[in-house]
Amino acid sequence: MARTIDTAAQQIRTASPAALLRRRIFGHYGLLFGIVVLATIVLIAAFAPLLTAHDPYTQDLLARMKPPFWMAGSDPDHLLGTDHLGRDYLARLLYGARISLAIGVIAALISGLIGTAMGVAAGYFGGRVDLVVTFLINVRLAMPVVLVALAVVAILDGSLQVVIMVLGLLLWDRFAVVMRSSVLQVRDLEYVNAAKAIGCSVPRVILSEIMPNVVNNLIVVATLEMAHAILLEAALSFLGLGVQPPTPSWGLMISEGKQMLLFEPWLIAIPGVALFVLVLAINLLGDGLRDVSAPENKG
Amino acid sequence: MTDPILSVRRLTIDIPLAQGTMHAVRGIDFDLKRGETLCIVGESGSGKSLTSLAVMGLLSGKLRRSADRLEFAGIDLMRQKPRTMRSLRGDRMAMIFQEPMTSLNPAYTIGDQLAEAYLLHRRASRVEALARAVELLGKVGITAAESRLSQYPHQLSGGLRQRVMIAMALMCEPELIIADEPTTALDVTIQAQILRLLADLQREMNMAMILVTHDLGIVARIADKVAVMYAGEVVEQGTAREIFDNPRHPYTRGLLRCIPVPGKTKPGEHLGSIPGIVPSLVGVVEGCAFRGRCDVAAPSCADPIPEQKEGAEHAWRCIHGQAEEGAPA
Amino acid sequence: MLAFALKRLGLAVLVTLTVSLLSFSLLFMSGDPASAIAGENAGAADIEAIRTLYGFDRPFLVQYADWLFSALRGDFGQSYYFKLPVSELIADRLSVTMLLGVCGISFALLTAVPLGVAAAMRPNSFIDRTALFLSVMGQAMPSFWFGLVLIVIFSIRLGWLPPSGTAGWQNFVMPTIVLGYYAMPAIMRLTRAGMLEVLGADYIRTARAKGASEWRVMFKHALRNAVVPVVSLAAVQMGFMLGGSIVVESIFALHGAGYLAWESIGRNDLPTVQALILIFSMFYIVFTFLSDLANAWLDPRIRVG
Repeated sequence: MARTIDTAAQQIRTASPAALLRRRIFGHYGLLFGIVVLATIVLIAAFAPLLTAHDPYTQDLLARMKPPFWMAGSDPDHLLGTDHLGRDYLARLLYGARISLAIGVIAALISGLIGTAMGVAAGYFGGRVDLVVTFLINVRLAMPVVLVALAVVAILDGSLQVVIMVLGLLLWDRFAVVMRSSVLQVRDLEYVNAAKAIGCSVPRVILSEIMPNVVNNLIVVATLEMAHAILLEAALSFLGLGVQPPTPSWGLMISEGKQMLLFEPWLIAIPGVALFVLVLAINLLGDGLRDVSAPENKG
Repeated sequence: MTDPILSVRRLTIDIPLAQGTMHAVRGIDFDLKRGETLCIVGESGSGKSLTSLAVMGLLSGKLRRSADRLEFAGIDLMRQKPRTMRSLRGDRMAMIFQEPMTSLNPAYTIGDQLAEAYLLHRRASRVEALARAVELLGKVGITAAESRLSQYPHQLSGGLRQRVMIAMALMCEPELIIADEPTTALDVTIQAQILRLLADLQREMNMAMILVTHDLGIVARIADKVAVMYAGEVVEQGTAREIFDNPRHPYTRGLLRCIPVPGKTKPGEHLGSIPGIVPSLVGVVEGCAFRGRCDVAAPSCADPIPEQKEGAEHAWRCIHGQAEEGAPA
Repeated sequence: MLAFALKRLGLAVLVTLTVSLLSFSLLFMSGDPASAIAGENAGAADIEAIRTLYGFDRPFLVQYADWLFSALRGDFGQSYYFKLPVSELIADRLSVTMLLGVCGISFALLTAVPLGVAAAMRPNSFIDRTALFLSVMGQAMPSFWFGLVLIVIFSIRLGWLPPSGTAGWQNFVMPTIVLGYYAMPAIMRLTRAGMLEVLGADYIRTARAKGASEWRVMFKHALRNAVVPVVSLAAVQMGFMLGGSIVVESIFALHGAGYLAWESIGRNDLPTVQALILIFSMFYIVFTFLSDLANAWLDPRIRVG
């Protein structure tokens, strides 16, 4: 029955692969939303100084806790109000995007390098290498990420660099798992064996025959881990043991706003929504890329 | 003359696709009496499996079925509620599928699955159902039947699993059994055993049987009647003798040329083949679907094709046949 | 089956040992633990005395072996802050965290599995889209922020639930939801994908051909096969959730082991932190081990082999 439908579909499938890909991308609203929102946030982070006249660190104790524009008594000079130290909330939010993006990108890069190296080695060489890598993955998974990250950051005294390094060194597990299984799938394909047979060196086989075929999965994992790193940094900073004040980290802003939860819930609503939208956009981008590159695995 | 147990008129199955409607089965007719075996032959995608699923009421939700008549033992299957269809399925009509390796649930024992087929339709205890299962496992030639009950599907070979599937279909002594290419997934030696078993059981239990296959060798051995399907239509049907000795439709003739005949086909000689591919069934299909591959096609083949008849059973859809008897050999 | 279980057990023990080594070495990451205990005003002699008292002058591996064997007997040393045995400190708190974990995973399973099944039964229907929406939201929402939002709604605005504390069952409602919602998306997606795959299987058609009702097809024939990976995911998630309880417990000031971990990190109370890291890891290891066993038992191809 399925066969009947397949033959029919095949008979009609005349569009070129490029056209099909274009149609899939533009037909995928989640992916489009992810791309547009993420691009907007990147632009905001890049041009933050042009978008606000305020400095995110300047305190103004006379203008503390000004409400945002939709509430009574707001100050047109501070569109999103001011925090408990009188700092402009919009400026902190805009500059905070830089922190979150930097953490997401760099942590994903570090963990991506570690995890990909391990996963590719395990998948390609198999045998003992695979055993060792699999064991390391198991050990890593067994360690409670938040707890270990908190402890290490606290011991090394939290700074942005330390947080990024710790997250980068902790989040490589999914890269390793996915790369290992992707490489296993393509390792014994004809063209890989052909490359080996004509005497290509191991790095060459890996770089030019294997990597191009697993790079789709790598990108998808990278986006998801980026989101993961951003959420973790926010959680660490929220717990007071991540990025330290007065850095305008969104997690830290929520943590500071928590003191005023009873009276000024907007203080946590604004950075929370920002964090949510950023992570949502990255996740939708990742899910969308997966659907578009391998629609048969949708689900 | 007894009334047919299954009577089908103008059965049509449409598949809605993004590109348009695919007319997978286009108005087919056949009758089947108790104790008869009807073989439906045709290549992949000709609609033979869909036809058997349509009779069972097992088409997936998106497929649209319509018919002027679809009667089983006097019951109009087109007008039955899902609940009534369920009570018929597995009890009075049963089906055996193509893939014995995947058609049994891996999570339950053979005994569980056989007993379930019985308990769904009969008021009986589990012990009685299991006793019935042992009886049928014996009937399908499985030795040490009791010990099989507690085994899981993965512990059985393909041939054994297909025997279990047959036993499961026969648990409630159905009046109609539909076997959809029951042997394609099996080794050649096992194929013969399973077919002989099916044919014997069909005779013994006096069931009506529909056997869907693309293997004409099988048809020659066990069919009473044959329906040849091409691109969603029955292009020719009749008794097995009529089809084999006196095929009228060019497609049937082409198919028959593809089987080697021991003693007649010389070693090294080319077997026949039918050039070309099956046309798309999406959108409007007019005239004879075979005309693109037919070596006796004429301009009038693009018009609606009348059904021609000879005797009580033999019928075919082709402008040729009557006049040019035996012409293109 | 036995060989399989023994192999898994061996792996679990090895992983535990490695994690214990890592968490023990945490103590030395900060530099000299003796001066950390002595505090900033201590003289060189005091530090030396503490070094000898705690045995920091011995080789690293000797100290590790000593700590490990004590830990095996349930002795994790003295808390720097409370000057009490760490094991006593933790014992009280663990039951709260375990209760929270059980509530959280139950909440996740009870919402995610039915939603996943319903979504798979009618792909692209309203319920499928709602389930997808909830899971996408759940994956993007920071759990600590979700917790704060719940506090604003249910404690401050409506006044239904206490915002913090460990007094009664009311204190567990919001933490359960936050923790469960964190695990829900993965479970729901896996249930849906598993059900969709299984519903296309030949044996489902066989069940229908037997005359089984839709209900029976879904729950006896399909779910039984789709649930196998869900069980192992739930066990893994349970391990993750206990590790993640630190965030939830600190939002709601729920005095469990996660809260203790947070406090201890803030107080630089390393023996307590070490013990908690090891214990949370062991939860994960035990749960994955159990899930491997459950998996093998649920799948007759492994069980009867």
